[in-house]
Amino acid sequence: MLTLTCPCCNIACDETELHPGGQAHVSRAGPDSGDDAFEQYLFLRKNPRGVHFERWRHAMGCGKWFHAARCTVTLEVFGTYSAQTLEPPQDILDAIAARRPDWQGFA
Amino acid sequence: MPLKRYSVFAVAREALRFHTGWERAWRSPEPKKKYDVVIVGAGGHGLATAYWLGKNHGIRNVAVIEKGWLGGGNTGRNTTIIRSNYLQDPSAAIYEKSRSLYETMSQDVNYNIMFSPRGVMMLAQTQHEVRGFQRTAHANALQGVATEYVGPDRVKELCPIINIDGPRYPVLGALWQARGGTARHDAVAWGYARACSDMGMDIIQQCEVTAIRRENGKVAGVSTTKGEIDCAKLGIVVAGHSGVLAEMAGFRLPLESVALQALVSEPIKPCMDVVVMANTVHGYMSQSDKGEMVIGGGADGYNNYTQRGSFHHIEETVRALIETFPMISRLKMLRQWGGIVDMTGDRSPIISKTPLENCFVNCGWGTGGFKAIPGSGWAMAELMAQGEPGPLAAAFTMNRFREGRFIDESVAAGVAH
Repeated sequence: MLTLTCPCCNIACDETELHPGGQAHVSRAGPDSGDDAFEQYLFLRKNPRGVHFERWRHAMGCGKWFHAARCTVTLEVFGTYSAQTLEPPQDILDAIAARRPDWQGFA
Repeated sequence: MPLKRYSVFAVAREALRFHTGWERAWRSPEPKKKYDVVIVGAGGHGLATAYWLGKNHGIRNVAVIEKGWLGGGNTGRNTTIIRSNYLQDPSAAIYEKSRSLYETMSQDVNYNIMFSPRGVMMLAQTQHEVRGFQRTAHANALQGVATEYVGPDRVKELCPIINIDGPRYPVLGALWQARGGTARHDAVAWGYARACSDMGMDIIQQCEVTAIRRENGKVAGVSTTKGEIDCAKLGIVVAGHSGVLAEMAGFRLPLESVALQALVSEPIKPCMDVVVMANTVHGYMSQSDKGEMVIGGGADGYNNYTQRGSFHHIEETVRALIETFPMISRLKMLRQWGGIVDMTGDRSPIISKTPLENCFVNCGWGTGGFKAIPGSGWAMAELMAQGEPGPLAAAFTMNRFREGRFIDESVAAGVAH
């Protein structure tokens, strides 16, 4: 079972305690954006075979949203971090780079 | 050399010579340097595409290449349900085409796929579902798909082992498609593979695509673990890994890959001769010819490429089914497995041209691809042969999300299907 540590209440949660929220760091398309930008924002999710950044909600606990960095091939968790950020923090990127030297980086 | 036909005479002949004359069902050649069409993915959809390219369009210089073994992905991992009782017109059209092709497939490909039109029943267990399925039954009547809405007494008559007075979700009725059913999933892949091989096509297993070569915005060929293969047209038919192949081809598809699980029980005597789907409680069940109860449930909620899912989903599915079928409560479960399904935002597939010229995709079948195999191949072959989609595929373009033309089966079904 997938176990993520909620960075808000520091509890290691089983996935039954959590609700998945899809790709993290999606930037919202503004009112003047064209069709391409809206398609990108609404539908074109990353679907990597490897490192992925996701939103999760500690639904059966503190109820807060947070972010997790995870490998979709091995289910390894690289770390969790606050949702109040536009990109993954350096310690998470370092943790991924240590485990996945070939990783292309967050883009 | 054409393959020998399977027939009752062949069985009799082989019986007389101790079964020494059976040949391999399909050839396993080394790849040639160049093909007119290369299809990536030798699952049901990929092989059906190749089959109809040869059969309907006379294109036979075709290779179907496969990373693992033939039919070892979702074709070998599903619960083999065949139905076409969809709400939206484009879905009903392609799934009904597919269902009708299943009826004659054993004869078409000279391979017994054990199609069993035993009937599919989708239970209505809330008032919302009652209205939804009545609406679907009316829509199906307009689409020419034979379904009917039946009451709880008829449900009990069709499937006596159902508990229609469950405490949480009593059975209020059902959408009944008598012509739906099941088929032997492996045989579908094997039958198409054999027929393709018979037409002179090359099926190349254990051959992983590592890159898609492009020249001037057109596809030039693929790099594989068995060398470079040039092609004039490329079809990507790889279900859960569509996103990975699309990235190689330089575009992104509107889908995400998640794990979907199924399990089977120990074999028991025949007790259920229909397929039952219970969407509200999330579980579906049928009995295989070996007597195993074949059970499927919901998909996981997060991206995953591991071909195994979360245990709690199995628990939820089994819990729901024990409530619906109390007699299975002491059955032992024999095997459990997962497949990676590619989910689109509207839960409808993509059969489409792509930004890369002469490269086509057939993907996004999500949790319900098996039932669509012959029709999907038919539509994809039409698209690849003509370069433009035919009537079956026209609505399923990958640009429909940008243009707001959803084929919204997620709302229609309210559940993975």
